[in-house]
Amino acid sequence: MENISLAFGGVKALSEISFDVREHEIRAIIGPNGAGKSSLLNVINGVYHPNEGTITYKGNTRRQMRPYEAASQGIARTFQNIALFKGMTVLDNIMTGRTLKMHAGFLSQCLYFGSAQREELQHREKVEQIIDFLQIESIRKTPVGRLAYGLQKRVELGRALAAEPQLLLLDEPMAGMNVEEKQDMSRFILDVNDEFGTTIVLIEHDMGVVMDLSDRVVVLDYGRKIGDGTPDEIRNNKAVIDAYLGVAH
Amino acid sequence: MAQSDPTIDSNVDTFPLLLLQHARKQGNRTAVREKNLGIWQSWTWAQVANEVRALACGLAAQGFRRGMNLAIIGDNRPRLYWSFAAAQCLGGVPVPMYQDAVAQEMLFVLENAEIEYAIVEDQEQVDKLLEILPQYPNLKHIIYDDPRGLRNYTQPQLMSYERLREVGREYERQNPGFFERCVAEIRPQDVCVMLYTSGTTGKPKGVCHTHAGFIAAARGDVEFDGFTPDDEVLSYLPMAWVGDHLFSYAQAMVAGFTVNCPESPETVMTDLREIGPTYYFAPPRVFENLLTTVMIRIDDASRIKRHLFHTFMGVARRCGAQIMDGKPVSLSDRLLYWLGDLLIYGPLRNVLGMSRIRVAYTGGAAIGPDLYRFYRSIGINLKQLYGQTETSVYVCKQATGAAKLDSVGRPLPGVEIKIADNGEVLVKTPGMLKEYYKRPDATAESISPDGYFLTGDAGFLDADGDLKIIDRAKDVGKFAHGSLFAPQFIENKLKFFPYIKEAVCFGDKRSMACAFVNIDIQAVGNWAEKRNLPYSGYIDLAGKPDVYGLIQQCVEQVNADLAKEPHLADSQIHRFLVLHKELDPDEDELTRTRKVRRSFVAQKYAVLVDALYGGKTSQFIRTQVKFEDGRTGNIEADVKIRDAATYPAAAQRISA
Repeated sequence: MENISLAFGGVKALSEISFDVREHEIRAIIGPNGAGKSSLLNVINGVYHPNEGTITYKGNTRRQMRPYEAASQGIARTFQNIALFKGMTVLDNIMTGRTLKMHAGFLSQCLYFGSAQREELQHREKVEQIIDFLQIESIRKTPVGRLAYGLQKRVELGRALAAEPQLLLLDEPMAGMNVEEKQDMSRFILDVNDEFGTTIVLIEHDMGVVMDLSDRVVVLDYGRKIGDGTPDEIRNNKAVIDAYLGVAH
Repeated sequence: MAQSDPTIDSNVDTFPLLLLQHARKQGNRTAVREKNLGIWQSWTWAQVANEVRALACGLAAQGFRRGMNLAIIGDNRPRLYWSFAAAQCLGGVPVPMYQDAVAQEMLFVLENAEIEYAIVEDQEQVDKLLEILPQYPNLKHIIYDDPRGLRNYTQPQLMSYERLREVGREYERQNPGFFERCVAEIRPQDVCVMLYTSGTTGKPKGVCHTHAGFIAAARGDVEFDGFTPDDEVLSYLPMAWVGDHLFSYAQAMVAGFTVNCPESPETVMTDLREIGPTYYFAPPRVFENLLTTVMIRIDDASRIKRHLFHTFMGVARRCGAQIMDGKPVSLSDRLLYWLGDLLIYGPLRNVLGMSRIRVAYTGGAAIGPDLYRFYRSIGINLKQLYGQTETSVYVCKQATGAAKLDSVGRPLPGVEIKIADNGEVLVKTPGMLKEYYKRPDATAESISPDGYFLTGDAGFLDADGDLKIIDRAKDVGKFAHGSLFAPQFIENKLKFFPYIKEAVCFGDKRSMACAFVNIDIQAVGNWAEKRNLPYSGYIDLAGKPDVYGLIQQCVEQVNADLAKEPHLADSQIHRFLVLHKELDPDEDELTRTRKVRRSFVAQKYAVLVDALYGGKTSQFIRTQVKFEDGRTGNIEADVKIRDAATYPAAAQRISA
């Protein structure tokens, strides 16, 4: 990421931010409210188009791309405010994450015939593997709207995983969770990184979680990058302490 | 081999031979099912025998020898059940351990049983064993079933189940006939399993059972209830508990029926419904949880449904159990019950996963009258049994058609029962333990010179010859004025209320009975929500005056009941309090099977006990709590104490 800048009218959301994400690492983005963390994530997956700067992903340099292009290149994400289909079951929600992998034609899918049937079975198996991985077997057939918040977050992660991403963007995966749910989620994030080799970029406010999980951390404040390095470096970075962590830390 | 029925072949008296016999005689029938990735997978008896053979050879290749003990830790997984058989094939002894025990509790058993080999389910159990490895370096081999999250573990002790199986196949190629020789060497008098008692009294003891004893017990059960290879069970209870070992392992091996393993502990209800077992065994607590879930959902249902449910449950209470037992019932009641079965009981049984149940048992603790009647009235043949780890749970069982609420049934064939002078029940059974592991002192204490096992339970045989249990013999105390005090009896009466989860009664050598109560957060929480009573958590809810009022009603109801029984009228509860925290096995307040450790609780909360008897109306207490991850914290509260109304004894008081 080189010199990314983004402005909404006169508001500068991001100014000249550069950082890199290495393959297989867990990269955290932290910063106070309004620092531009979510905007940055939206730039990466093509929801926002930066006014300046370029993004290089897998050797391709570009200024902007559309979200579906990002998705087809192996980028998946979760949202700060859960964005699932509330009336659908957990299984179906995760199945929607497979959309891009489905190739059967509309007609054969409607008739559930031949290749469409085979494909459905394959996708179902993959979805079941994710359900097993996230240990949500007991809520497989439960409509998402009836689930507790922490579980919905887990389902959302499941849907992102269903796309078999190489790069996973997590926007505050632990917001609003209790200690136990956070521990579970941390374990899943580490396992995803470890088992599937997925590169992960996450935004998180819980410093304990960030310091434990991530390989490297980027710190934003008012749309500017004020720190970049390993958790230990960030912990001792004067600018970061002043701007964000405060004296309490 | 005289009998034509292969399942009840009394010549076969070791578990490996039973397994091989099933593989030979019904090799294509399903032995085990497990749900994996949403689909039920089956293994036939022949496949199971094959797996066990590979596993046993693998263990042998790793140096596991006759006489060694193999720890087995995890939820009910087919591979863990096969590990039992594999260890037995080599003349070793499987030692199942409670999967939810914390690392330090496991340490005791590992040391006591001198475990060098362990087969465990997953990363969680591996982590616990690795945690105590520095304290117990003798643990040389840890074999895990589920490799998830273990990829980067480099400890030399670790090996995957798949790898062990490969090693085993290779070992067998190099040593043909090894497996058969091992199996042939097993004697019926060899120890087949070691089950650790939950440790209500002191440290856990390893109960050693022989092949002959355990098989005799299982065979007795199978004959008593007529189990066949067509029966189905769902194994979901802890593998370390004798009940599960008998029901999912020994009886399955004897009768050759199918054992189904749930997908995960959370999916048991769904799995139960999908499998529809024909034979079901659960402690009263499980039946209670099932009923509570149903009742909560009924309360939330529409008015018509609620009305229908309550009307027909009234019919069922009146005549359901009688119809099942084949007793005379009026024609109109029969018609109403038939209609109810169509509309309510049938669907309800289906929701509970009990549509196909032929025999259901409960045991291990007293069952509440409402609970017991509820299940029987909707046509589930729920019966009670009585037994201990030491007796392979083969002592008393109620026969179909002769079930009674307050007894545990008649002695089973081959069992002799004697009541000692102090009221203690003494038992002689084919399923008797061989000994306590490395505890000749305890063995001598528990088995009388004439071969009776001292159960430690107080009870008596009633006019029908049925055994009635009132309490633990040592817990039956006396009040200061000399009359009988049976704390567990009172506690059970309290716990029969849905709002009360646990109760602890005091009164031995004191002037009156007092009680600690733990509310059931689910039931009371629901009750509070209906009344728009806001609360933040357990402590807050437990301290609410309205909740105290609710519990007081329960206590006074118990007092009214106790007043009707001349023996127990003095046991009425005079004062009570609602405890500020839930009693927890992690803090040694309950055993792993959720029995209250009364003396430990009395000691830990001595200030509260003093306050109860000191006449105070509230008491401040600070308690240290252990979280699941091993950290500790403090919770503090002002616990209020209330007086409960007591009633004069109905009949004349019997002076002691």
